[in-house]
Amino acid sequence: MRVEEVVEEVAVKLLRLAVVRLPSDVKRALEQAWREEENPIGKAHLKNIVENIRLAEELNRPICQDTGTITFYIRAGADFKGLNRVEPSLRRAVERATYEIPLRPNAVNPFTQENSGNNVGRLLPYVKWKIVSGEHLEITAFPKGGGSENTCTLAMLSPSAGVEGLKRFVLESVLKAGGMPCPPTIIGVGVGGGADISMNLAKEALLRPLDEPNPDPTIASLEEQLYREVNALGIGPMGLGGKFTTLAVKVNYAHRHPASYPVAVAFQCWAARRASARIHPDGSVEYLTHRVEEA
Amino acid sequence: MSRTFRLRTPLSEREVRRLKAGDVVYLSGRVVTARDAAHKRMLNLIEAGRPLPINLHGLPIYHCGPLVRKENGRWTVLAAGPTTSMRMEPFESTVIERLGVRMVIGKGGMGAKTANAMAKFGAVYGAFTGGAAVLAARNITRVIDVEWLNLGIPEALWVLEVKDFGPLIVALDSHGNNLFREVNEKAWERYRSALQGRGVQKPKR
Ligand code: SF4
Repeated sequence: MRVEEVVEEVAVKLLRLAVVRLPSDVKRALEQAWREEENPIGKAHLKNIVENIRLAEELNRPICQDTGTITFYIRAGADFKGLNRVEPSLRRAVERATYEIPLRPNAVNPFTQENSGNNVGRLLPYVKWKIVSGEHLEITAFPKGGGSENTCTLAMLSPSAGVEGLKRFVLESVLKAGGMPCPPTIIGVGVGGGADISMNLAKEALLRPLDEPNPDPTIASLEEQLYREVNALGIGPMGLGGKFTTLAVKVNYAHRHPASYPVAVAFQCWAARRASARIHPDGSVEYLTHRVEEA
Repeated sequence: MSRTFRLRTPLSEREVRRLKAGDVVYLSGRVVTARDAAHKRMLNLIEAGRPLPINLHGLPIYHCGPLVRKENGRWTVLAAGPTTSMRMEPFESTVIERLGVRMVIGKGGMGAKTANAMAKFGAVYGAFTGGAAVLAARNITRVIDVEWLNLGIPEALWVLEVKDFGPLIVALDSHGNNLFREVNEKAWERYRSALQGRGVQKPKR
């Protein structure tokens, strides 16, 4: 198969894996939350969630009707042949996936309100590139729902606000979001850089597996504190009370300008869909987030 | 959790008034989906004094943009969880008052304007688990009809037949109770008192 065909096939498969089966770290966290939740309404919601995840897998259907807008994160080996053909393949993959899986058509022109019908549109699917050394191509499909996207926040804090200011902003964002992002959520916090950079960092933090704390112990401890403080609010599953408002908080940072202190908060709903694969130069494919039986 | 009710649509005012925040409801009968664009169009028709294609009297409105498939000319609902209800806040009170809707199903709850209309005219809000779309679809037995498809599949009015659809948690009742508001107010209180305790020590768990 040619590169463009391999990429297209893999991307369709990744989209299917992502929307039908949650990664195992997310499933485990939700099952644990269901066992440990004490609020009866919260527990009932978590039971529905766990049952829904099982049903989706059994029936091979999307977990949630909102199959989101689609971003692909690419880690491209500099020596991978055919990088220029990757984006067109991804667009074709999204179009095919929309009919084959199916996905809900979610790409709307913001001025004419017209829905493209196939999830492809201007800059959609969105593709984020990182060039690394090597000969392989790593693709992550990241379909993200509108409910959790709508509660994302960005603040250009004053640097004097310090870590305390950051925490307040995160907690207030969670309070304002309430049940809207379908809690228990995963919360990505991006700090520093600039307005765009901090939001990018917050989004990328959502790709990190739940059981993987930040390698920097200071940041890992901030993640842990935020996790405890968010859950102490008692907003709970779906905003109807309980001790699981979030499954994990993930912090990412960049150095900042002396005068600015951007903090971005990206919410991911419990239906935290992502799927990754690595394409090797010989065309073989390795799935990284999901166990896949060879077809 | 408190009482459980199995109700059949259309719902009467009496049935709805009996429901209290925290109750659990399973619905059978007809349910109609409507989201942003459909609500806007409904309001335009109401204002123009023109009829809707569907009589919503006593029926639940479901805030949902389903994932559907057409096979051999028939629609199947594959996944149909609730969408965020708050976006419909500007419209819902009029829909309740003028169209006689008795129940609103969605996620995230609704604001004071809707709550007032629910108290005044007799309607409740049933919260379904956001994202539990396959579970919801399992209890949708049939697509009876679809109107306003030109708004796009997610935005159209889908008339669905459901059986034991739920559990729906009554989050806003017709007596002024609102579980979402209660939980949120308590959360803000906890946050403020944790802030006061800061500087000395981190807020307790
Ligand atoms: S926020 Fe997520 S789980 Fe909730 S409806 Fe949207 S996509 Fe589905």
